[in-house]
Amino acid sequence: MTTPHGAGSAEYAVLAEGLVKRYGDKHALDGFDLAVRRGTVHGLLGPNGAGKTTAVRILATLVRLDGGRATVAGHDVVREPGRVRRGIGLVGQYAAVDEILTGRQNLEMFGRLFHLGTRRARRRADELLERFGLTDAGDKQLKTYSGGMRRRLDLAAGMILAPDVLFLDEPTTGLDPRSRNEVWEAVRSLVAGGTTVLLTTQYLDEADKLADRITVLDRGVRIADDTPAGLKGSIGGDRVEVVLRDAADIPTAVRVLATVADGAEPHTDPEERRVHAPVTDRVAALTEVARTLQDEGVGVEDIGLRRPTLDEVFLHLTGHRADRDGTEGATGGNERNGRTGEHEKTEKKETAA
Amino acid sequence: MSAAPDTTPAPVLPDGDGRRLYWAVADCWTIVRRDLLHLVKQPSIVAWQLGFPIVSVLLFVYVFGSAMDVGTADYEAYALPGMFTMTMAFGFMNTAMAVVIDKDRGVTDRFRSMPMSPSAVVTGRGVSDVLHAALDLVVLVLIALAVGWRSDGGVLATLWAFVLLLLLRSALIWVGVFLGLLVPNQEAAGNLFAVAFPFGMISSVFTPPSMMPDWLGAIAMWNPVSSTADAIRELFGNPVASGGSWIEENAALMAVVWPLVITAVFLPLAVRRFQRLSR
Repeated sequence: MTTPHGAGSAEYAVLAEGLVKRYGDKHALDGFDLAVRRGTVHGLLGPNGAGKTTAVRILATLVRLDGGRATVAGHDVVREPGRVRRGIGLVGQYAAVDEILTGRQNLEMFGRLFHLGTRRARRRADELLERFGLTDAGDKQLKTYSGGMRRRLDLAAGMILAPDVLFLDEPTTGLDPRSRNEVWEAVRSLVAGGTTVLLTTQYLDEADKLADRITVLDRGVRIADDTPAGLKGSIGGDRVEVVLRDAADIPTAVRVLATVADGAEPHTDPEERRVHAPVTDRVAALTEVARTLQDEGVGVEDIGLRRPTLDEVFLHLTGHRADRDGTEGATGGNERNGRTGEHEKTEKKETAA
Repeated sequence: MSAAPDTTPAPVLPDGDGRRLYWAVADCWTIVRRDLLHLVKQPSIVAWQLGFPIVSVLLFVYVFGSAMDVGTADYEAYALPGMFTMTMAFGFMNTAMAVVIDKDRGVTDRFRSMPMSPSAVVTGRGVSDVLHAALDLVVLVLIALAVGWRSDGGVLATLWAFVLLLLLRSALIWVGVFLGLLVPNQEAAGNLFAVAFPFGMISSVFTPPSMMPDWLGAIAMWNPVSSTADAIRELFGNPVASGGSWIEENAALMAVVWPLVITAVFLPLAVRRFQRLSR
């Protein structure tokens, strides 16, 4: 009909406009927009309960939407779910593979269900095992696989038809760093093969490493959409940061940093004895601050140039930090924890429903 | 790990009804195949599932058997057809567990996100459960023969008895699918045993309802499990121990009617529950 759909579908692998999904009185999605360019990795970030999983489930035709519309791989998710399913792969939060079967038997089963026929399903299973470095483990039962191997098999199962769009819903949650690297490697190779990836994740460094563009979602609506660099730039550029040995020196440090600061007032964090200020002439500012502090006899524990991290962007945009399986840092008090708990509950309901 | 672009084209799904039916059957078979592979990979599954009826046979025939007086000479001739029926009745637990495991692990979601025939998820489950039940019966009958049980009915009567057993099991597939989709997780599915146990036991499986207190006997008589148990006893020529009530006298009819009623109630419930997954 109108511009983005139709004409835009050549450029965008996923296009969603005004998605609404209600669970009772709760709006899991409240007019959510998303545009994912073909052949890119697009990160979908948001606090627990923001609606990420709901959005993915709608786009993967698993859940009906209550309003808005979405095109995935060139087809409308409501009117042509069958065609959408032929163009997508879904790798959810759990490795959705059969534990008792071998890796090869799993891939063959999924190949048959994709209607490849016995012989092609078998050939495809071999190809995918090789591609994901699982040839040696192909005839072993899945329960003997490590977490990383299982995830890679899960990815392979999502790739039977070389989908236009692959949905990765928290693909590395609960994996050790080595396994995470294996999964990242696999994702990069898929994208090199032309697949578009929509990635939801709790790990901001993961989004930073993999995503070409990031959409931040909170309370069912899009609150930001930019490249990782753009998002970081939106909350300021480089800055000089000083960690003091003694909190009593904070006023001195503030005075020194103010001389090099780029307009804005230096920011202090007394608990961590940290002072920082945005700068433009990075190296000159750093040298100047280091020298002056030394001249004034201020004890410095750490000094350096820092760029905003995605964590900070996230904190700035959503008012709280990204949760990482409950192991997040010491910031924030009861109020935030209470709120997170509430979000978790909604997310659970979301997945259950 | 190579980054070679992948160009396997997706086969085009046919729109014609004939092809659709073909894929419904082919996909169903793929799911059945998966369950058969489970049996090959893990024969211990069958052993575990049969453990309870086998132990019950031994307990009832050798431990309680001498104390059981159901008005006939040999208790095992009464108890063993009951055991066959009880194994079928408890079968819905296996269906529910398989459904809940797939749902929990996201396998069901993966199937639903694929261009396969949507009905195959359920029909595949049903067909493999019936095959599984047939296998259970073969093992149970061998054990029964070993402890001295015999069918005195004709070949056709004996075969019809096994058909009736599988009919009960087939009807309970829908109960299992419904409950498997209803319960939140595997632990809860395990607790279904609290429902299954009285459903299997308060029946004519081990004792004639006429020997129970009146109110309990009435419940036991009208339990679908009793109708199947009584019907197959008659077909096997084993002692029936009927109390003479209408429901007991018409067991042969009710062994067909009950499964149909159960299916009529639970098939739509299961389908509705399945559709609710997309809410």
